[in-house]
Amino acid sequence: AEVAELQARLRAVRHTVLVLSGKGGVGKSTFSALLAHGLAADETKQVALLDIDICGPSIPKMMGLEGEQVHQSGSGWSPVYVEENLGVMSVGFLLSSPDDAVIWRGPKKNGLIKQFLRDVDWGEVDYLIVDTPPGTSDEHLSIVQYLSATHIDGAVIVTTPQEVSLQDVRKEINFCRKVKLPIIGVVENMSGFVCPKCKNESQIFPPTTGGAEKMCQNLNVSLLGKVPLDPQIGKSCDRGQSFLAEAPESPATLSYRNIIQRIQEYCEQHHLQEEKII
Amino acid sequence: LTERTNLAGVRHILLVLSGKGGVGKSTLSTELALALRNAGKRVGILDVDLCGPSIPRMLRVQDSAVHQCDSGWVPVFVGQDKAIALMSIGFLLERPDDAVVWRGPKKNALIKQFVTDVAWGDLDFLIVDTPPGTSDEHISTVETLRPYQLLGAILVTTPQ
Repeated sequence: AEVAELQARLRAVRHTVLVLSGKGGVGKSTFSALLAHGLAADETKQVALLDIDICGPSIPKMMGLEGEQVHQSGSGWSPVYVEENLGVMSVGFLLSSPDDAVIWRGPKKNGLIKQFLRDVDWGEVDYLIVDTPPGTSDEHLSIVQYLSATHIDGAVIVTTPQEVSLQDVRKEINFCRKVKLPIIGVVENMSGFVCPKCKNESQIFPPTTGGAEKMCQNLNVSLLGKVPLDPQIGKSCDRGQSFLAEAPESPATLSYRNIIQRIQEYCEQHHLQEEKII
Repeated sequence: LTERTNLAGVRHILLVLSGKGGVGKSTLSTELALALRNAGKRVGILDVDLCGPSIPRMLRVQDSAVHQCDSGWVPVFVGQDKAIALMSIGFLLERPDDAVVWRGPKKNALIKQFVTDVAWGDLDFLIVDTPPGTSDEHISTVETLRPYQLLGAILVTTPQ
């Protein structure tokens, strides 16, 4: 009955993409937010962004929605809309103060995630993007379990170039394989820094073991792209603005746009294949 | 009785926390341990990041195995003079790329064991490295350590 409820609610969702890492602080939320903005640039597409990082929900701030509250209507919880075609849901909206710590054990976190999926009235959605916390634990198991009621197109895995990150990301890739979650590909974030003054490139996080490229080769996973460091990204996130809109000429923007396009293409292909099967 | 013995010889316990991931908790824990050792202190590190244990690699012992003695787990000794005692779940994984995909209750059980069943011996400082967040690992670690010499927490952040 629970599964049927979830299925009904998610029936109108065409594509679902999970943004994962394993490692913290590599840019999952930043990427999720920009993926959402990038997809919503097409006004004919309805985009939904779900933040299931219950302990550290970054999405409200990044989307400029801090202080917003969630409203209930007859049809369920209403997402908070950034644009007409871009709706957001996060535990951040349920906290009375942004500094409130959510100190919950696994079962309570799972309960909230299920509620998000069951009770939020997303309406018809072309893309549901799910931002996750670091790790391979309750939240990740639950979201995969609950979303099996619908289908997940796949996961985008974010990393930085250094081995300390790749180490955790390999685990995440194994997690995806264990739970049969398709991997759309890997994004290497913070991949080099080009000085705006002297134009020299520095490796702030040197890829001492070959970076994401080598890891993807070894594990037979697609490398969707590399995004360089740009101090404007952090600034835009802190101010709740879309970096893509604020810095359209940045090499990082170009990388993001290419990666977003590849994700779209993957989802469209996936959809066509599914339709063929039906 | 074993519980008292294993942590009774530890003079100060320090937690390294953040909330946010990727800010440098493990890096700081490692550097702090090495610096304290350099200053002649007896140091141990407990890595309770079950999903992303970074400390073994940072100290170049990622391929070590651990065994048990009468009083519990024997830590791995690291550092230039092999005098820093380290325990991490990283050592218990069969393959380093294995994901530890556990729900809360199982994580809690392991943390309790880590904290009370490692034969630390006499230490001046035990540094506890934690994962990001405020969840099972943190609650269990603090609950289990509360009866002992819990000095306090160091919080790590980045500027943004």
